[in-house]
Amino acid sequence: MIAWIDTLIQGLLLGGFFALSGLGLSLSFGIMRIVNIAHGDFLVMAAYLCLVVSSLTGMNPLLAIVVVTTLMFLFGYGLQKTILNKSIDGGELSPLLITFGLSIILHNVLQEFFSADAKSLDVGAFEVASLNIGQINIGWLPITIFFVSLVVYTILHQIVESTRFGMIVRAIVDDAETTSLMGINTKKINCLGMGLSMAIVGIAGTFFGIKSPFFPLAGGLQLLFAFEAVIIGGMGSIWGTLLGGISLGIAQSIGYRIGSGWGEFAGHLVFFLFLLLKPSGLLSKETSHV
Amino acid sequence: MLLEIKDLNAGYGEIKALFDVDLTLNQGSTLALIGSNGAGKTTLLRCITGLIKPNNGYINFNGDNIEGCKPHDIATKGIAMVPEGRRLFPSLTVEENLLMGMCNNREQEWTLEKVYNLFPALKVFRKKMATVLSGGQQQMVAVGRALMANPRLLLCDELSLGLAPVVVKDIYRTLKTVTKTGLSLIIVEQDINQAIVASDTFLCICEGKVVMSGTRETADRSLIANAYFGN
Repeated sequence: MIAWIDTLIQGLLLGGFFALSGLGLSLSFGIMRIVNIAHGDFLVMAAYLCLVVSSLTGMNPLLAIVVVTTLMFLFGYGLQKTILNKSIDGGELSPLLITFGLSIILHNVLQEFFSADAKSLDVGAFEVASLNIGQINIGWLPITIFFVSLVVYTILHQIVESTRFGMIVRAIVDDAETTSLMGINTKKINCLGMGLSMAIVGIAGTFFGIKSPFFPLAGGLQLLFAFEAVIIGGMGSIWGTLLGGISLGIAQSIGYRIGSGWGEFAGHLVFFLFLLLKPSGLLSKETSHV
Repeated sequence: MLLEIKDLNAGYGEIKALFDVDLTLNQGSTLALIGSNGAGKTTLLRCITGLIKPNNGYINFNGDNIEGCKPHDIATKGIAMVPEGRRLFPSLTVEENLLMGMCNNREQEWTLEKVYNLFPALKVFRKKMATVLSGGQQQMVAVGRALMANPRLLLCDELSLGLAPVVVKDIYRTLKTVTKTGLSLIIVEQDINQAIVASDTFLCICEGKVVMSGTRETADRSLIANAYFGN
């Protein structure tokens, strides 16, 4: 019994990471209709960025998150302004192909600069510290990731529901053409949207680098997990992605309990079942937006 | 002169929808665009708002050439549109829909309060999602949203579509009071009578060409009806 409670808690906390990483993807699809194939690679790029920032300044990676997030915001803004905004006029396929190209470029650039060896972000004793409740040990790192994830979701929810920017974003999601008739430069909003998406990728990427070793080609699997979280949750729904991420985390955790090779498979299986039985996901656009 | 269009040609890819269209509109007056389905009325409005880039010809608004400008730049210059089918934002409340009109940052003359005075029914529903309102009320939101943009020129595309005659009458009556403030109006209608009564001048378009134009006083319904059907 205790073992199963432990499994569920570990799954929930793991899900917090998937939810955080899926949120960046969910945003870029929700606002800009961009299926960002390079999402996982940007996540890995953020981890490397944190490595550079912390080795240059001596900062703890947990503090360097602030710098990484800011840099990733600027990167996202610039990427949208220079490349992606030009591509979205060509339909949904163009940005998909362009981000695919970016993914390949990133692989090579990262290998060139950092070699193919695995790296990791060192946060000292915190990485293995745990909270002991009876027979259950819960790592402080997964707890931190989970709560940071909840905070990011809450802030984003506030931005979308209560600010002028959020109102415009919801309008663009509804009808971009009519929004432009209101005097709004939708491409500028896209830049801010991609900036926001990449800032979240910056946070997720740093945590990714802290919790596991990373190497230039590690992004593919992370893209898959993020996709699974978004689709299980329901495309275009913020809170859906949170639920999707948690579902994926719990599924993987249960899989690992059954057998060490079953973890990821169990996650893929749940994803597959959703595609088969409820392709709209847990929360569809009707109950939530963006 | 507030709006002057000359030799305007536009279309969708290979298909041409407008041929050498000329149009003039004075400050504070109302022009009706009359024509059957597919005549090119909506294409003309989409050219004026920048949603379609004309192939050639020019559109001069208030001294600026605006053909080929981006829709958001044109909106900022003072052209607002009530689109066909209203196109309210379903994820936004009535009040948020109205506030979207203010996003062009033009000097504010219209406020939420003024729009609610014009359409008192909307105040009651201001926190409701726009799509739960009746068709007439939704049209009021669409008109209110366009007014919140403080336009100098308001384009109304098929205001009467799918609405009860009494509601249509009400909305046109409201527009009449609004034009007294100096606002210019272009209305697109399929209903010839409604269009002529509500306007100062009219333009009849058939198969992308201007086939007839005139003023309300000189309008001959039977001649217009002939032009409407391309006879």
